[in-house]
Amino acid sequence: MSAGTNDSTNDVSNRALSNLDLETPEKPYLDSNELIINMGPQHPATHGVLRVILKLDGEKVLGTECVIGYLHRGVEKIAENRTYTMFNPYVDRMDYVAAVSNGLGYCEAVEKLMNVEAPARAKYIRVILTELNRIASHQLWLGTHALDIGAMTPLFYTFRDREEILKIFEKYCGARLTTHAFRIGGCQYETYAGFEKDVKNFLTFFAPKIDEYEALLTTNRIWMERTKNVGVISGADCIALGVTGPVLRASGVQWDLRKAQPYAAYSEFDFEIPTGTNGDTYDRYLVRMAEMRQSLRIVEQAVNGIPEGPIMGKVPKVIKPPVGEIYHSIEAPKGELGYFIVSDGSTQPYRLRVRPPSFVNLQALDIMVRGLLVADVVAVIGTLDIVLGEVDR
Amino acid sequence: MAEEVKSPAPPPPPEGEKKPAAEQRAAAASAAPAKPAAPAKPSGPVPVPWTSPLVEKYRSQYGSGLDAQTYLGQNYLSVDRSLIPDILRLLRDEEQFDYCVDITAVHYPKREKQFDVLWILYSFPRNERVRVKTQIADGASLPSSVSIWPTANWLEREVYDMFGITFDGHPDLKRILLPDGWKGHPLRKDYGILQQDKEWVQINLGIESGQ
Repeated sequence: MSAGTNDSTNDVSNRALSNLDLETPEKPYLDSNELIINMGPQHPATHGVLRVILKLDGEKVLGTECVIGYLHRGVEKIAENRTYTMFNPYVDRMDYVAAVSNGLGYCEAVEKLMNVEAPARAKYIRVILTELNRIASHQLWLGTHALDIGAMTPLFYTFRDREEILKIFEKYCGARLTTHAFRIGGCQYETYAGFEKDVKNFLTFFAPKIDEYEALLTTNRIWMERTKNVGVISGADCIALGVTGPVLRASGVQWDLRKAQPYAAYSEFDFEIPTGTNGDTYDRYLVRMAEMRQSLRIVEQAVNGIPEGPIMGKVPKVIKPPVGEIYHSIEAPKGELGYFIVSDGSTQPYRLRVRPPSFVNLQALDIMVRGLLVADVVAVIGTLDIVLGEVDR
Repeated sequence: MAEEVKSPAPPPPPEGEKKPAAEQRAAAASAAPAKPAAPAKPSGPVPVPWTSPLVEKYRSQYGSGLDAQTYLGQNYLSVDRSLIPDILRLLRDEEQFDYCVDITAVHYPKREKQFDVLWILYSFPRNERVRVKTQIADGASLPSSVSIWPTANWLEREVYDMFGITFDGHPDLKRILLPDGWKGHPLRKDYGILQQDKEWVQINLGIESGQ
């Protein structure tokens, strides 16, 4: 603006006009622009080293992107450079809170490839330990998930009771977490003296504990506010995104590999598949609680009906499956855990692919949290029940 | 699965009681020829043709581009690379294979078409699995199946990350487990188990070696 026009009577209106052209106020105290923030990889609520990039409008989530791979150890590459037997302990390090399930899936896949079968007694031992491990995994999920949302007590309760399961594992095979409990062809260890008594004691000990957890949470006003209608996903979306396990069942799809394509000795037991209706965080909580009760039912039937006999099938000392390929999957606590193995007839797998449930389920995080608040992202990560060791492998 | 394919010799019946180790070993040695999966035995189970209405339907449609077999009770379709988007879409739309379990690849460096790419599919209504396999050469790409199954997004990214196979039409094809700037695709057979992108490690981690 020239000095001459400054004196003119039009000056005020001119300035007013130019002010209107400005789009933002001079001092933007309240900026409603989109905000990109980083959650993790070092964040207590991301259950390990998961980094989520959040696009926010205020506190509302517009979109997310997961950055994973911080725990990548190249498990599939390691498998190609180890013999079948040597690789067995590695699978425990994927989903390390459900190591027994990982081992079961791997051993059964190799057995299928070799066309051998574990004896009945081994199958029963496998079912007992796997279901105990499912309970332990769900306990850890419940404790940490509730802690994320702000309820601290369940963590102490679940860890106290999980200890009883880990003691059984320790007595059985010497390890508490990465158990390496099974061998290709059966089980290496016969049950210890008093195993059945310990398991039965656990059944009577643990059944009322589930009620105790439920008394803390199921009708808890804060818990319901934080979980109902949070992270809703429909059954159709679950199927399209390949989501399996309790998340799929809470969305109303009654599908469990233990029933759909029974493995081990599951066809011999009577149990139900609990499902939810709304597909929200609260329903997933109820489904997992019901699953613990069903696991107790399975363990009870298995421990009462455990047959006598050998624990190892007829497998050669050197595991050398014939040329071929196999896909075998089991219902791990998190969903469908699959192993795809290609054998070239040598002692090492030519290719071993793990289909990890946590990895695939995590993909649903984005559509589950859109439109929610940042605090709900924490709840949804918890409810997906991911283990980063398995996501990254 | 309907037909379970067994090896010629049925597995021996389980023993009534556990024998001492030495005796067991002797028994195993004497019974060696009858073992179901004896290591050096060339006549393991072999793939047999898979016959089903599904296969008949597509064979008449696609002819020689499609081969259907069963191995150990598991069905798979080996299809020509050119059929890939069509056959996957038909399997989902017409045959109700609504769940894409996994996508993965296998590297055969000595073959002309170096890669086998596999789709492991499952149908909830039929409670049935099928694998679709195709062979592609190094450097060739495949059409993305994200529009058929959204779950293919991360699975294809992992195949790209580990094998360097690209998928046309993928919304965001980038590395998923390894860092973005990494060189090499570790699940290729020519990538050694101790190999790493030293330059990346030195620049980004500030250490001499990750080993």
